Amino acid sequence: MNAPIAAAPLSAKDFKSDYKPVWCPGCGDYSVLAAITKALATLNLRPENVAVVSGIGCSSRIPAYTTCYGFHGVHGRALPAATGLKVARPDLTVLVASGDGDGYSIGGNHFLHACRRNVDLTYIVMDNHVYGMTKGQPSPTTEPGWSSKLAPGGTGLREFHPLVIALASGANFVARAFSGDPNGTAALLAEAVRHPGFSFVEVLSPCVTFRPEQRAWKERARPAPVAVTDDPARAARRIMTDDGFNIGVLYKGSRAPFAAPAARSPQAVTELEAGFAFEVTRK
Amino acid sequence: MKKKRAPRRKSSAPAKDHYTDFMARAYTMELEATERYAQFAEQLDTHNNREVASMFRKLAQVEALHAKRILEEMGWPSMPALPVAYAWESAEAPETAAFDELHYLMQPWHALEIALRCELQAQQYFEGIAASRVPRRVRTTALEMAGEEREHVQLIRDWMKKVPKPPARWADDPDPPQLGE
Repeated sequence: MNAPIAAAPLSAKDFKSDYKPVWCPGCGDYSVLAAITKALATLNLRPENVAVVSGIGCSSRIPAYTTCYGFHGVHGRALPAATGLKVARPDLTVLVASGDGDGYSIGGNHFLHACRRNVDLTYIVMDNHVYGMTKGQPSPTTEPGWSSKLAPGGTGLREFHPLVIALASGANFVARAFSGDPNGTAALLAEAVRHPGFSFVEVLSPCVTFRPEQRAWKERARPAPVAVTDDPARAARRIMTDDGFNIGVLYKGSRAPFAAPAARSPQAVTELEAGFAFEVTRK
Repeated sequence: MKKKRAPRRKSSAPAKDHYTDFMARAYTMELEATERYAQFAEQLDTHNNREVASMFRKLAQVEALHAKRILEEMGWPSMPALPVAYAWESAEAPETAAFDELHYLMQPWHALEIALRCELQAQQYFEGIAASRVPRRVRTTALEMAGEEREHVQLIRDWMKKVPKPPARWADDPDPPQLGE
């Protein structure tokens, strides 16, 4: 018998589908797509061993733009779908793509419990502080004073603080990236995928259409001036006191990832059906 | 755009060799610039800005020729495997345009403005290498490459003279996506 032929290493291009993204020119999500495909190539993965799951929003278009398995789900529900997939198919590398509206508002509750469960997923949230797809409504991370026709004078509401919430809820890896640095984001995503358990990566990804002032983020984003810590209290203090533009891995925990209970032996369909059958009592 | 350099001796040195490493970096720069311009062309095609898309496609073709030539000069069938990823001084390679430089209403002059900035950065990058403590062969090639980038800068400046400069309010859209206050 011939020896199996080793598969040739893949490049980032091999992870890109033929569908052309329809994001606005200049959108940070192009860079995130490039970073994801580069990270998957770096990790020597193959598209058939990776699934990309998303909800709704500009960022959630990403599964269609990759050659991996994809699931474009319902609004805010990417994490439950991804959790189910990973538990059923632990052999797959599962990435979850979301935005600040999808992930922190409609999907906010799922976010907390996904962190708590610590299933081995990589959750990538492209945060632009606005609902872009629906034309610019404030999102949970929008600054309270950001004024627009849809929210004159701003919402006046305090912003959601995703990294601290992830940490407090039990995420095993917490990082912040910036789309203006696609190579750095790719390296960070690769590290997040390698780290066992629930890895949360917030990517600052400017919306050049509804928040054109975010183009100036590139002047503010810089590498975090501190080394990664495994102490959640220290990480929380750092994250709470930074200005939101420290880039890098901010926390790496060692909590064991969720392990699904050992699967029972497969049942025949008839056995499963029997479990649902009503008992008819004859008089 | 580039004039042909004298062919160099084909290298069979390992990646740790300074010259090989330098040429691999130069190749990476050209390749990344090619890919970025091609992505820009696709983005603007999608948004029906065909004129600028076509200009970015031309720029991608030019950069691809440069990348190909480095492979040929080095006798590499493809990019050699290198032990570490490159760390550039900025977020990306000096000749790579940033993702956020596009606008759906941009005009050909803007595309050339981006290309000019990238070529200037590439020129400064090679000049910086030539001025640093590197082996003579690397310095000589870096100076040649800086000279070529200087020529490209001039070519793009000349090209910009032939393209209409956009009016002050070029980004005004009578039917804008965002709702103004």
